[in-house]
Amino acid sequence: MADARPPALVELRGIVKVFPGALANAGIDLAIYPGEVLALLGENGAGKTTLMNILSGLYRPDEGEIRVVGERVVLRSPRDAIERGIGMVHQHFRLVERFTVAENVLLGSHTPRFRLSPGQVLEHVRALGARHEIALDPRAYVGDLSVGERQRVEILKVLYRGSRVLIFDEPTAVLAPPEVDSLFAGIRRIVGEGRAVVFISHKLDEVLRIATRIVVLRHGRVAGAMPRAEATPGKLATLMVGREIPSRPRVAAARGSLRLRVEDVAARGERGYLAVDGASLTVHSGEIVGVAGVAGNGQAELAETIAGIRAPLRGRVWLDEHDVTTRPAREIRERGLAFIPEDRHRQGLVPAFNVVENAILTCYARAPISRGGLLRRRPARTHARRLVEAFQIQASLETPVRALSGGNQQRLLVAREAAQEPKVLVALHPTAGLDVASTEAVHRILLELRARGVAVLLVSEHLDEVLALSDRVLVMYRGRIVHERPASHADVDEIGLYMTGVGEPP
Amino acid sequence: MADATLAIERPAPRPRIPEWVEAILVRLAGIVAALLVCAVLLLLQGYHPLLAYADMAVGAFGSRFAIEQTLLKAIPLMLTTLGVTLTFTAGLWNIGAEGQLTIGALAAAWLALNHPSLPALVLLPGMVLLGLLGGALWALVPAVPRAYVGMNEVISTLLLNYVALLVVDYLVFGSWADPTAFNFPYSPAFSDTARLPMLFGDVHLGLVFALAATVVVAAALGHTPWGYEIRTSGASPGAARYAGMPVTRNILVAMAASGALSGLAGMAEVSGMIFRVQQGLSPGYGYSAIIIAWLAKLNPWAAVPVAILFAGLLNGGFALQTSKVPAAITYMIQAAILFLVVAGESLLARVRRARAAAAQKAALGGAR
Repeated sequence: MADARPPALVELRGIVKVFPGALANAGIDLAIYPGEVLALLGENGAGKTTLMNILSGLYRPDEGEIRVVGERVVLRSPRDAIERGIGMVHQHFRLVERFTVAENVLLGSHTPRFRLSPGQVLEHVRALGARHEIALDPRAYVGDLSVGERQRVEILKVLYRGSRVLIFDEPTAVLAPPEVDSLFAGIRRIVGEGRAVVFISHKLDEVLRIATRIVVLRHGRVAGAMPRAEATPGKLATLMVGREIPSRPRVAAARGSLRLRVEDVAARGERGYLAVDGASLTVHSGEIVGVAGVAGNGQAELAETIAGIRAPLRGRVWLDEHDVTTRPAREIRERGLAFIPEDRHRQGLVPAFNVVENAILTCYARAPISRGGLLRRRPARTHARRLVEAFQIQASLETPVRALSGGNQQRLLVAREAAQEPKVLVALHPTAGLDVASTEAVHRILLELRARGVAVLLVSEHLDEVLALSDRVLVMYRGRIVHERPASHADVDEIGLYMTGVGEPP
Repeated sequence: MADATLAIERPAPRPRIPEWVEAILVRLAGIVAALLVCAVLLLLQGYHPLLAYADMAVGAFGSRFAIEQTLLKAIPLMLTTLGVTLTFTAGLWNIGAEGQLTIGALAAAWLALNHPSLPALVLLPGMVLLGLLGGALWALVPAVPRAYVGMNEVISTLLLNYVALLVVDYLVFGSWADPTAFNFPYSPAFSDTARLPMLFGDVHLGLVFALAATVVVAAALGHTPWGYEIRTSGASPGAARYAGMPVTRNILVAMAASGALSGLAGMAEVSGMIFRVQQGLSPGYGYSAIIIAWLAKLNPWAAVPVAILFAGLLNGGFALQTSKVPAAITYMIQAAILFLVVAGESLLARVRRARAAAAQKAALGGAR
């Protein structure tokens, strides 16, 4: 089969990339051929973005080699990659809003080194746009353009630099459906010229529409590869989420009274789009409700809305029969909600503070730590020491938290929240990026809380984790809960389909 | 299995030198380097740097009079430094200590000029109160838009300094002008009851204010829930929101408290040293405070010696002037110290990051 193909434009061989605490790429082989749309499919954390950052010169691999048209190369920077004909269309656009389209296209490009001739540049950009049927006024200011148009500027930029391999990192995440159609038309024209497109996505339906070949990554490895003709949604979903049968060595839920009720909540995300769009769920005392879903489908925003950190557009949240919608986060905590946020470096912990100061982050205002208007050192230390001992955190009390390993940081965070004696615990990706031992420690804590009658809402993108711990499994997709099953009746393939948007009724 | 995974969890090796010692060393190195750089500049100008520095040292600390003058200048420096320390700790870049000092001085002077015959026991506390209030209100002007709509406080606090100077001009050329001063731009002198008592020599009660304020600020930041909130907001705004801290309210309170401290500095200046309102109430104390706070690593206790050092630098500069070396050398040294310490800090941060990364990589490599 390889003989029938033209030679590969780019080949990656045995790529390994290690980050502190994580093996992002564990020996990946990948070839990219002219004229193809190669879809790179996988959950977040599967290693897609790391691999593409290596290919676009942002990271250097720890092991393995890159070949461009057969020649071995070392890519030291994005500029190196661009010179070899590899260009990246970023998910978050890197454009200067106060510059025109033409100026943005030119930005960082080598061609006119000394003298800028505005007329010539305009003409060149216009011609380039016309050739690729990208309708854009080169004199328009980028700040005035829609999201779809800005993406076209990014594409034009990459084409202007003569790229033969274009990497699209989740290009549809920010687009409305008609814009997706025109993007796909553009991609087809690009590969029609003998270029190659790498299309990174975790949306099955889109991959099936545009790809000519599909590679699925999982846990930093190639889980499977097939031409579009052989791919089915079921096959891909299974490859993406894996098939490990989780072990559940525990007693059935002693489900108690209703603790958390969320009804028809909608909320905006960081960049203003509707991240949560009518989500409803309930969690009872003594059960773990797992929310599966690919990250970025509104889980974080939903959890923050429940915790009172994000204001909802509509909908209600009840905690133990109390309507806590739009109540301050402090009050919701006082009513018994503990929250493990997604980002321990920016939210859950203060990296510059030591272990003691982090241990009191969510209980500093209460006795015995605050009494008589003073913050008492001794009870704070006692509290911190208790957490460190009970949850086997490898750290001295005076160590700044930024000096701890990721596993110990997360243990401290989870321990602190578990120690609040909560009625409801919302845990957002509590084991993301952790090693095996710390993951198990966190799981033990969650199960222990459940045994003590805490209502646990567990959001995770690792389906194995959700299935292993939960009593009920929900699937969140595009801001809604699209699927619910008791864990005992959960079907991995079915959940995989819902997670990737295929299972959603039209 | 358990042992293999535990290997990943061993804590990062302790740095050989504690971090706070490193911080002090970086600062000392910055000061030495700044003196060296300025020595070269002095040489190029044809001055003997060692002689110049010796003159400066004598002018700053070489006699009883010199020490008194240095302590006198350390008072407003300490108070304004405490003020900006509060806001910097909260992650608010209040560059407006100079203006807050000025308005505090005007508020206190208003009482002194309008009720000169009140007894000192009423007048002085009243002036202290108005000084605090004036500074606090001036700081709230930029704090409110910062708290509610997120307006950048760097620009607004800085620009309000110039507004405050214009208010002084307006008053000393206008309604507050001394009718007996032949149109010189200053107010009449304060009555004796509006003058702070002297502790020793020329050093007035303001020194007690400054030291008391140091204790209060240090205690507030280190030993109250509010201080913990302020430090959290500065170190990680996301964590402050996550923990449900009253972020908006804390911005207002921190800015007001900061302005009040600078306002108190202004009150002490007019009531303890100048005894009237005139142009040039402050030779840039509010700006030096930013440098001092930074050098003191936002530690209120450390701010005391650093403020005295900077006051000495200021006096040393004046002493140099008599030997024809321009006093601007003071500001050159100040600027060079700030620049080099900041550079040293970022270098240190880089070294620490590299160390941490190497340690983690080693731990991970060992486990694989």
